[in-house]
Amino acid sequence: MSSLEVHPAESHKGLLSFLAGLPGVDQVGAEARAAALGTRSIKKESKIWAIDMAISMVDLTTLEGADTAGKVKAMSSKALHPDPADPSTPSVAAVCVYGDLVYAAREVVGDRIHVAAVATAFPSGRASLGVKLADTKEAVAAGADEIDMVIDRGAFLTGNFGKVFDEIVAVKQACGTAHLKVILETGELKTLDNVRKASWLAMKAGADFIKTSTGKVTPAATLPVTLVMLEAVRDYYQETNTRIGVKAAGGIKTSKDAIKYLVLVNETVGDAWLTPDLFRFGASTLLNDLLLQRQKMITGHYSGPDYVTID
Amino acid sequence: MIGNDRVGVRKTHKLFIGGAFPRSESGRTYEVINTRGEFLANIAKASRKDARDAVISARTGFNSWSKASAYNRGQVLYRIAEVMEGRKEQFINDIQDAEGTSNKKATTQTDQAIDRVVWYAGWADKYSQVLGNTNPVSGPFFNFSVPEPTGVVAAVAPQDSSLLGLISVIAPIIVSGNSVIVIASMNSPIPAITLSECLATSDVIAGNINILTGDPAEIMPSLASHLDVNALDLTGITDPELHASLEIEAAGSVKRVRSSPINPQWQVTPTLSRVRAFTEIKTVWHPMGIL
Amino acid sequence: MSFQYAPAPESTAIVNIKSSNGLFINGEFTPGHGTPFKTINPATEEVLAEIAQANQEDVDAAVRAARRAYDKTWSKMPGRDRGKYLFRIARLIQERAREFAVLETMDNGKPIRESRDVDVPIAAAHFFYHAGWADKLEFAGYGTNPQPLGVAAQIIPWNFPLLMLAWKIAPALATGNTVVLKPAETTPLTALLFAEICQQADLPPGVVNILTGDGDTGRMLVEHPDVNKIAFTGSTAVGQAIQRQIAGSSKRLTLELGGKAANIVFDDAPIDQAVEGIVNGIYFNQGHVCCAGSRLLLQESIAEKTIESLKRRLQTLRLGDPLDKNTDIGAINSREQLNRIIDLTKSGEDEGAQRWSPDCVIPEKGFWFAPTVFTNVTQAHRIAREEIFGPVLSVLTFRTPDEAIEKANNTPYGLSAGIWTEKGSRILAMANKVRAGVVWANTFNRFDPASPFGGYKESGFGREGGIQGLGAYLTSEESS
Repeated sequence: MSSLEVHPAESHKGLLSFLAGLPGVDQVGAEARAAALGTRSIKKESKIWAIDMAISMVDLTTLEGADTAGKVKAMSSKALHPDPADPSTPSVAAVCVYGDLVYAAREVVGDRIHVAAVATAFPSGRASLGVKLADTKEAVAAGADEIDMVIDRGAFLTGNFGKVFDEIVAVKQACGTAHLKVILETGELKTLDNVRKASWLAMKAGADFIKTSTGKVTPAATLPVTLVMLEAVRDYYQETNTRIGVKAAGGIKTSKDAIKYLVLVNETVGDAWLTPDLFRFGASTLLNDLLLQRQKMITGHYSGPDYVTID
Repeated sequence: MIGNDRVGVRKTHKLFIGGAFPRSESGRTYEVINTRGEFLANIAKASRKDARDAVISARTGFNSWSKASAYNRGQVLYRIAEVMEGRKEQFINDIQDAEGTSNKKATTQTDQAIDRVVWYAGWADKYSQVLGNTNPVSGPFFNFSVPEPTGVVAAVAPQDSSLLGLISVIAPIIVSGNSVIVIASMNSPIPAITLSECLATSDVIAGNINILTGDPAEIMPSLASHLDVNALDLTGITDPELHASLEIEAAGSVKRVRSSPINPQWQVTPTLSRVRAFTEIKTVWHPMGIL
Repeated sequence: MSFQYAPAPESTAIVNIKSSNGLFINGEFTPGHGTPFKTINPATEEVLAEIAQANQEDVDAAVRAARRAYDKTWSKMPGRDRGKYLFRIARLIQERAREFAVLETMDNGKPIRESRDVDVPIAAAHFFYHAGWADKLEFAGYGTNPQPLGVAAQIIPWNFPLLMLAWKIAPALATGNTVVLKPAETTPLTALLFAEICQQADLPPGVVNILTGDGDTGRMLVEHPDVNKIAFTGSTAVGQAIQRQIAGSSKRLTLELGGKAANIVFDDAPIDQAVEGIVNGIYFNQGHVCCAGSRLLLQESIAEKTIESLKRRLQTLRLGDPLDKNTDIGAINSREQLNRIIDLTKSGEDEGAQRWSPDCVIPEKGFWFAPTVFTNVTQAHRIAREEIFGPVLSVLTFRTPDEAIEKANNTPYGLSAGIWTEKGSRILAMANKVRAGVVWANTFNRFDPASPFGGYKESGFGREGGIQGLGAYLTSEESS
């Protein structure tokens, strides 16, 4: 290493020793805890409440190479009125799209819900900082009020935490007033120890939300990963009195799954987090299952796929 | 006295506690005679207080002996056999005197006793492989069971088989890391005293093996009720009433009690039954994370 | 608005409790000759059923039936066939698992979540595990031709009624013994349902006999001259009494008695899992667990923070209707036990320890005790030495590993222990030094039929489960 480069260990000494001092996570224990909470039985009025809460927490997402303005607009109108037959159905929290289609979403939703853009060379994050910042700024300029950035997993896995930290700080700055969600891509970090470390790193660097996954890597969100992130958020709140949000993204497809996440939130960080301001689901197909279940709960009979809209 | 008949130097026979040879604190002795009724020796008659002292020594001995490596325990046992081998003639004489048996039989018993120690010496680093194991539990856990020494064991050596029976009681107790307080055969205690001299000059940790002479009926009740004794080996107790009363005392601290089958066959190669009787199975669980 | 969980009660329609219940002797239900007693649901104090009290005549009949079955059928049957009966029983328990779980919860007061996910499945697993041993005993390390002991008298407690029955009956039958089992006075119902399972399995009459009754029935059973083996799980005091009772006889004995386990948390522990382990260690089954982690030993550097986390966690525990699938803390099994817990916790306060419980609504009827934590506890306090057998945790601190071991071992008990640290070598060193039969490292209260369970010192002797558990029911070949 040339002497001209700043050694991260020098510039981020405090951060590195803080991360090294975090308590470990026992994977078997964390999984057992998550599984136990998954056995909670949520019925009747509590289920209706949970389904509406879950709908209101959805970041309705399309992140395909084939996305078009038309597709985004259709999805955005569904985001506003998920169940056209039942106006009492809440809107989702946000639509989540690539930066170049933010304008299309904003056209439809106006100021009624949030528009989130994935940025920073999503999903791999493999680009220079300059490109990532430009990506971010363009999305914000186009009307995104939430930015879902990805961390540099390569840097994280080689222990270059300082680089990851600095990038988050820079992107946060580029966000301006837009909220920053930091995607850890836990499926590539692999261990729960890494998940806890990355969570803290992101929070310390200024994340408003920490988010599990891009949805492009398997496994995406899991209950144990989300549990560990919630624990980090809880501990961060204990230390700083600041509430950081958590977004579970990818792989959550059924109402039953979604309710398990709400239980996890409720019993790990408490119901202060049971608001779209602090917990989100990054999902596409989940919404329709929530709607089917909602119809079932209200009408008392099972609904079918033809009774919810595709988009 | 005239001529060159030398006046012999007789030995004072003492207890063996904490690696030392004290007299009984009670000052008492009892006479031991041979099978022809001739006086052999005055033997220290241990009291309950001697037994109490022995428990303290045994506990101290346990604390270090149980930490010794299995390899080391094996070597210490083997060393006992080496020293016994050097005293073979004395053992043969002792057994002949004590049991009134032929030189041939006494020789056989001595050989078997020494070989028995060697047999157990070899077990020191193997018994836990045979008695322990890993357990395939259904779940992401690594689970294994190991035998560990029970602690302080109070034993009564058989009244006959003064050396082979004695050593066959002591060796399986100490091989796993226990300490023992053993009461020698009351009528034939001299081989046990010779053994204690072997132990004192081998590498046995002080207090690990304590040998008392005296009346088991007098000494054992206090050991059976002693809260710092973990187990009893009642091999040498043949009186059923005494046996039962000792079992009752043992319940006070939930002691493990081992008795012998009637007419134990000391010459037969043992099983691990005696080792098992004075070990505890410890089972340890640890999560096995999924990669 | 907060997330309220609507009541999610398990239906009781699946169980069919007879208003009056007999004894199970020689494959038949027969009336008892003592004065019947009632078993109640501790969560509601409602009478569930009338239960027969076995007297001497009944004990004699049951032992006679067991002896006959042993002589004529069971000891002569090839192990392969004994095994098949046990496999059948395992399957029948699985098939009727829901019924067992609901009945257990009604009779015992434990949360349905636990009876459903722990008690019943592990009970079935015990039969399945031991079934496979029945024709392989010569490989178990007890010589080439290990033999059964004969008639086993088995006395079990009320904390895990069906599971303890399985721990007792499965190994006894696999090794060729026949049994007379006495369930606890306050929890006889699942044992009686198990008797029905024996009938459904076509188990030869007399192989399993179930005698309901009180301590007197147990005493008569222990003293019966034709019993070869006694297996007891329960308090140390009763275990000692049994050990005295059978002194001088050739009856074999195994005892699984009390405990006061240390759950040791080091400053480098995986702290969130440790907090879960502490909770699971002492509040599982309302703390009615002999191996409960009732003494929490916290390293001083993390004590304050960990207690804070623990208290926060305890606030999420849900106490109430045991049949509700979301209940974490059920009812205390009996008024007698509740009084004992109240008495011991009072002594904790009197001796100067600091008491804390989360806010929770205690139902009006039934026997309940809020999860309780005592801080500022010292080794000298009664609550640090005596088994409370309730949801009461005593928190002590230590500075060094040496001190932790010293405190952990400073008890006449030695059943279990917990160790929490991410440092592998410390786990192994601690596991080696702690004088306890089961050591849970970075976990707690795990059970498996393949894993031997049992204590050191006054926690009893003998093991249940695993290859070592078979030894409790076999003769070993010994010449000396």
